[in-house]
Amino acid sequence: MLDVKNVFKTFNPGTVNEKTALRGVSLTLADGDFVTVIGGNGAGKSTLLNAVAGTWPVDSGSISIGGIDVTRLSEHKRAKYIGRVFQDPMMGTAATMQIEENLALAARRGKGRTLRPGITRSERERYQELLKILDLGLEDRLTSKVGLLSGGQRQALTLLMATLQKPRLLLLDEHTAALDPKTAAKVLDATERIVNKDRLTTLMITHNMKDAIVHGNRLIMMYEGNVALDISGEAKKKLTVEQLLAKFGQATGSDEADDKLLLG
Amino acid sequence: MTGFLNALPGAVSQGLIWGIMAIGVYITYKILDIADLTVDGSFCTGGAVFVMLFSNGVNVWLAMLAALLAGMLAGLVTGVLHTVCGIPAILAGILTQLGLYSVNMAIMDFKASVALSITQGETLDKLLVSLRFVKGALDGSYPFWRHPAIVVGLFTAALIAVLYWYFGTEVGAALRATGSNPNMARAQGIDTDRAKVLGLILSNGLVALSGALLCQYNGSNEINVGRGAIVIGLAAVIIGEVVFGKLFVNFALKLLAVSIGAILYYIVIQAVLALGMNPNYLKLLSAAVVALFLTIPYWKGRYFSKAVRPARKEAKTDA
Repeated sequence: MLDVKNVFKTFNPGTVNEKTALRGVSLTLADGDFVTVIGGNGAGKSTLLNAVAGTWPVDSGSISIGGIDVTRLSEHKRAKYIGRVFQDPMMGTAATMQIEENLALAARRGKGRTLRPGITRSERERYQELLKILDLGLEDRLTSKVGLLSGGQRQALTLLMATLQKPRLLLLDEHTAALDPKTAAKVLDATERIVNKDRLTTLMITHNMKDAIVHGNRLIMMYEGNVALDISGEAKKKLTVEQLLAKFGQATGSDEADDKLLLG
Repeated sequence: MTGFLNALPGAVSQGLIWGIMAIGVYITYKILDIADLTVDGSFCTGGAVFVMLFSNGVNVWLAMLAALLAGMLAGLVTGVLHTVCGIPAILAGILTQLGLYSVNMAIMDFKASVALSITQGETLDKLLVSLRFVKGALDGSYPFWRHPAIVVGLFTAALIAVLYWYFGTEVGAALRATGSNPNMARAQGIDTDRAKVLGLILSNGLVALSGALLCQYNGSNEINVGRGAIVIGLAAVIIGEVVFGKLFVNFALKLLAVSIGAILYYIVIQAVLALGMNPNYLKLLSAAVVALFLTIPYWKGRYFSKAVRPARKEAKTDA
């Protein structure tokens, strides 16, 4: 479903702030893969996700989604294939617009926007049903401004918006990192349910090693702009945090890995 | 006092006309979150196009349509400078505004002021609004419904209805999302650059339309007519928000609040003039009022728990 080939990205080239964030990274996701991504700060996790989403153009390499080469497509054109939830709860929703308006915008992702009504009555009923599943009491607040919601509610809503139109690829960039543990667990739970229901191909960054092991069918660990570790299937199911750290040390030949990962 | 009361119908009419411009400013400033300074130029463009076409015998509605299109073109230029050329929105607006000065002069045959050639009553009758109708509608020489306040009031109501519909459509919602959160908009597949250009086109079209109406009202168009228009527009938006912010939640009512804000602004101006202020100080007054109203919410957010009293005490001892 996703095919990343030999992608390089350097920020601020030629300046003192030059930073090579991706060094020839390659990654292939099969249809229905739920991949968790871990790695220390600056390992290139978010950069990889942004490269796929098209936040900026990559320096070299290619990216294709479902067989379509999107390397040169702008961010909003790629959005047709991609659902996204950001780390910052403020980023995924329009605060000054109503809950139902946000959902209606998401329902039209990848479709041409015309002079037809921005939202219809039948849509409202559908959204109400969908919001019930989130179990956050949002189903009775369709016309509330999103700015009035808590961070957790906004992330859950963003998740719903990202998957309202079944995306070919779901990108979750530490979408529970900014939430309190209880809310984070709730949002992660909702994520699991939604991803499993539609068998969505998913790439989820997390800082929590346990979450990375528990969720998904495959785990990759990034290090210095490349995939250092790729574990899937039975091997992943049996994985423990200690094993993961040891494997990472072997793969990268670095002793400081433990600290970097745990602190990061 | 009687001078002020006599000036009131005119103030309301003028306020309504400027209110249409203010609605244009609302679209960029409030909905798109862009301070678009094109307005100072495109307002005059509307009047310039109208005065030249109408004086050459073009139908009043066609001349207004041309003014609208000319304003939209100005908005397109700013939009392209901003999105395609990557120039910050404020600077893009300033560049267009500056360039428009020459363009407006060219349209007006390089004259600083062009009067509508009204030699016969018939020509006057063709106009949609005029200063002369204000008195005429009251003393009976014109039917009452030709009073500019009624004509422009209906015009504004129709405009608000169209905008209400437009911002409820898929395209309109995309435009609002772009202003609210461009990151989210792009993630939902909205071309934010295109939405911004669209908003600037729409806004400046309305601004030019307002310019064409004011040109009819005054019976002439002057090259400096739009100077400070953006400040008047902002004043109307802010006054409307302060007075009706809590009451008017619906989008159509919010636009209405802007229009009423412009009327209130002109009533205040008339009151100040009636008190004997030199008209040359008007621009300073407008700038001060807008600065003050922009400061209040900022300070409220920053120092809301602190009392501001000590400062007042100092001022008193100084005096």
